[in-house]
Amino acid sequence: MSLRRPAKDQPETFEFNASSLEAAKTIVSNYPIGKQQSAVMALLYIAQKQNNNWIPLAAMKYIAKFLEMPYIKVYEVATFYTMYNLSPVGKYFVQVCTTTPCMIRGANKLVEACKEKISENESELSSDKSCSWMEVECLGACVNAPMMQINDDYYEDLDKGKTLEILDQILSGKTPKPGSYRGRVNNEPENNRKTLMDLKNA
Amino acid sequence: MLKDKDRIFQNLYNDMGSDVSSSQKRGDWVNTKELTDKGRDWIINEIKSSQLRGRGGAGFPTGLKWSFAPKEVGSRPHYLVINGDESEPGTCKDRDIIRFEPHKLIEGCLIASYAVQAHVCYIYIRGEYFVDGQKLQSAIDEAYEKKLIGKNAAGTGWDLDIYIHYGAGAYICGEETALLESIEGKKGQPRLKPPFPALIGLYGCPTIINNVETIAVVPTILRRSGEWFASLGREKNTGTKIFCISGNVNNPCNVEEEMNISLKELIEVHAGGVIGGWDNLQAVIPGGSSMPLIPKEKCETLTMDFDSLMAEKSGLGTAGIVVINKDQDIIKCMARIARFYKHESCGQCTPCREGSGWMWRMLERMAKGEATKDEVDMLGDVTNQIAGHTICAFGEGSSWPVQGLLRHFKKEIEDRNNLSPIHEKKNNIPYLVDQHLLDKKNA
Repeated sequence: MSLRRPAKDQPETFEFNASSLEAAKTIVSNYPIGKQQSAVMALLYIAQKQNNNWIPLAAMKYIAKFLEMPYIKVYEVATFYTMYNLSPVGKYFVQVCTTTPCMIRGANKLVEACKEKISENESELSSDKSCSWMEVECLGACVNAPMMQINDDYYEDLDKGKTLEILDQILSGKTPKPGSYRGRVNNEPENNRKTLMDLKNA
Repeated sequence: MLKDKDRIFQNLYNDMGSDVSSSQKRGDWVNTKELTDKGRDWIINEIKSSQLRGRGGAGFPTGLKWSFAPKEVGSRPHYLVINGDESEPGTCKDRDIIRFEPHKLIEGCLIASYAVQAHVCYIYIRGEYFVDGQKLQSAIDEAYEKKLIGKNAAGTGWDLDIYIHYGAGAYICGEETALLESIEGKKGQPRLKPPFPALIGLYGCPTIINNVETIAVVPTILRRSGEWFASLGREKNTGTKIFCISGNVNNPCNVEEEMNISLKELIEVHAGGVIGGWDNLQAVIPGGSSMPLIPKEKCETLTMDFDSLMAEKSGLGTAGIVVINKDQDIIKCMARIARFYKHESCGQCTPCREGSGWMWRMLERMAKGEATKDEVDMLGDVTNQIAGHTICAFGEGSSWPVQGLLRHFKKEIEDRNNLSPIHEKKNNIPYLVDQHLLDKKNA
């Protein structure tokens, strides 16, 4: 299990804004009547998005009321799943995969780059409070290892130099292009494709 | 090598685009009504005769699973749930299906829903695949627009609604009952079986759960006949499979190949060979991190299917092949996998919650050469106390890779860890303190 704690400084109140409210209502309608509790995961995402990438306790209480379920059940869900950030992570949240397939292709170099550019320790905000990084478990892009995720986007086929370039860009407020950084197309074998060649050349 | 015309996922590398019209050019949605008009029994029998086995890891026969759904819909509605919580290290096949072949999946959902009499289908996608999930969502929206799903879907007379449910970074939600708990808005902790989900599943209703790849191959099997699918591969291990080849190879890639293909061919032909040449190979994890590794000697002749890997005391799992060459420290690699399992244990059963941490800490010290001689046996003992003593298969999944390491690389561990037994040196070894949690102040 992983250890997860809510942040010490918590805002007093939380409320969905108009667009979040609309999105929440659409999600609730995806589930059968009386089973609105199913929407809790999606609503936590909406709250996280609205609140600069993290979920305060006030938001959990708000969602509990919204879905007519006990607060502790929402708290359980928010602390169980690791993608809900319980403390501020910055506008740009960098997650570096370091599980074995990435590790053996040099994920530790990406971690070094994050330490140099963002902060010495993981889950610690950078000096301008815009960015933080952490090591995570397998992100499911193993044939594009090593890779990292910044907010929703995957950056693949990296090495230390390219990671530094990407981090420089986000620290200056730009959004770098997601995808492979060795110029290969999706998951095809680079310069060695032997299958479906008619389609490639079409 | 499999002929291109026998490949099901023609758009695996996105040469043609993933929208409805280009999917229709590849044959999706062409005669869906004709297929469903042949009736439920025909569909299930055709899948049975194709001998399709679930692509999510366990390899359960799909036709058989579908036949477990109640024949008549009673007071409780039926549900179809698609498992796209692909989190097994080494596996990234479902992501490509979701991104590039979404209509194969959606059409498969319609046919499977019809076969098991479900009107609602939930597709569970891991939260990290948010961008890919958005692509699937736009494909679903497009399908609604073209009346391929919704009321009277694709003219079949069957109503079907498809919704995406995003996970949030829990590996355990790939276990089918944990996935159902997660859709119900709870912590992803597996349920006891029986009752099996086919009778009591989502919201207590009959539920059929299939992997993304399993469902996506269904329309093609029905169009080209179960016989065609069964002619590929070998008996009971039929058809094609997407293999993900990662790790120390020159060209890591996803490739669709015939079952029972040789491992050497996959690595040498498609993945461009091992970095440093075949002789530099140390071991291969054949089916995602929870399957025991296989040392180089056996890789020469190994063929990739469910039963032949089972004979080698490993398994095909999700067919995520991780190649490890001699430049890597094999004990460190396995210690990292053990850390993965320690992190992902849901905490419900004590042997797994505590044991996964034990295995990780022992392996970390073994990688550094700080363990005592008798700990090697103790590690084996811990794995045996986890496997088979937990509610779900996570116990096996976390202990098998360690058992594989002990089976094939015991000598390496013993050579590195030559400390005297504890009672002689009085080494203070903190088994029970979870150092990882103590160290992380701002987790």
